[in-house]
Amino acid sequence: MVVIIDYQAGNLTSVERALEALGVQATVTAEPEVVAQASRVVFPGVGAAGKAMQTLRERRLDQALLRVFENAVPILGICLGAQIILDQSDENDALCLGLLPGRTRALPRQTGVKIPHMGWNQVRFIREHPVFNGLPELAEYYFVHSYYPDPARPAMVLGVTEHGISFPSVVAWKNLVATQFHPEKSGRVGLKILANFLAWDGSYAQ
Amino acid sequence: MLSKRIIPCLDVRNGRTTKGIKFLNNIDIGDPVDMARAYYEAGADELVFYDITASSDRRGIMIDVVRRTAAEIFIPFSVGGGIRTLEDMRDVLLAGAEKVSVNTAAVLNPDLISEGAKVFGSQCIVLGMDVKKVSATPEIPSGYEIVINGGRTPMGIDALWWAKEAVRLGAGEICLNSIDADGTQEGYEITLTRMISEAVPIPVIASGGAGKAEHLFEVLTEGRADAALIASMVHYGAYTIKEIKDYLHQRGIQVRLTW
Repeated sequence: MVVIIDYQAGNLTSVERALEALGVQATVTAEPEVVAQASRVVFPGVGAAGKAMQTLRERRLDQALLRVFENAVPILGICLGAQIILDQSDENDALCLGLLPGRTRALPRQTGVKIPHMGWNQVRFIREHPVFNGLPELAEYYFVHSYYPDPARPAMVLGVTEHGISFPSVVAWKNLVATQFHPEKSGRVGLKILANFLAWDGSYAQ
Repeated sequence: MLSKRIIPCLDVRNGRTTKGIKFLNNIDIGDPVDMARAYYEAGADELVFYDITASSDRRGIMIDVVRRTAAEIFIPFSVGGGIRTLEDMRDVLLAGAEKVSVNTAAVLNPDLISEGAKVFGSQCIVLGMDVKKVSATPEIPSGYEIVINGGRTPMGIDALWWAKEAVRLGAGEICLNSIDADGTQEGYEITLTRMISEAVPIPVIASGGAGKAEHLFEVLTEGRADAALIASMVHYGAYTIKEIKDYLHQRGIQVRLTW
């Protein structure tokens, strides 16, 4: 069972539709008991870190996520879901899930650099990973965000993107992968990533 | 580096795509879902649906178009036209649109922007601005005035002030349409676009007047736009998206070439 975690952070329709296009009927749930039974977890989300964490805690989804992570279930975080997996966020100074050590930071405001970072941009992959296999070299991905994940260990950064600064846009560690961009809105290359994720056994040799 | 976005706009009336000049003389040019799919496959970076249905059952028809589109295309798309309440926004977003665009209703009720941003997030809320060039007055110091109802009603509001106000209220993006240029295919309103784009920290989509690839080059460089809306020039086959992008790429503009 592929589970999409619903924690009242933005619109899950597009993730659900993209998985449907790949032949997978995902279960959208806010129940920790259902998450616990997942064979695969998609953790999307847009919105503010503070509010998102509050909802996750109220519904005990924080504990459920920690458990599936420890149980080696493949997890895909998207956008806000790539940020609140870290210890803490600049946004609302929120304490987050802490699945990985690190902090979510605000993209710096600079002249000529529009925030939110909205639109198509490239990712420079630093190493290989089964979920990001077979992507065209100059492919672009759809981003909409003002914050970015900054894992404490460089080995956890799989890909980086330029927008004023160079920031980690893809994070991978053990059975967890997370993209700051939206694969479900990134056309054919995005669907390729989702298809790879659906086929991935969760193992990743560093 | 962020690519400049090329965004086909589909005007939808009673579930069919139409095209008019200066909001008049609309003619049927096809099924919006078919056209959306074709543009998706042809390399569009995003799509805009603008609902110009006048009848009372409009919402149901448009929601059906949105739902069918969302099942087939996997790039962002927004829906504008007749979005008046949070409930209208919710319907469109839950049907699978990435963003909603508010225009007339936001001018009449600016709280719609702040409430929408609070409930759905700024990234979902696009402010559509219809703007007309006028003589500068103390009331309209920029010389550009906000008009509503498809360009028919001048509001006595300065366009530059309104753009900044919308940012303060929480808009995540501005779609800036020049009523003077719209449908002419003679080029975007460069002065207006540059003025607004330089004044706000959020992305600006230029709209109105695209007829040649050079027009996009102008508005994305001199006009400082982050994205360009196109309609007639692709709807009738004068250009493909790829031809436009190849042209822009050759002239040194960063665009998405792999899809």
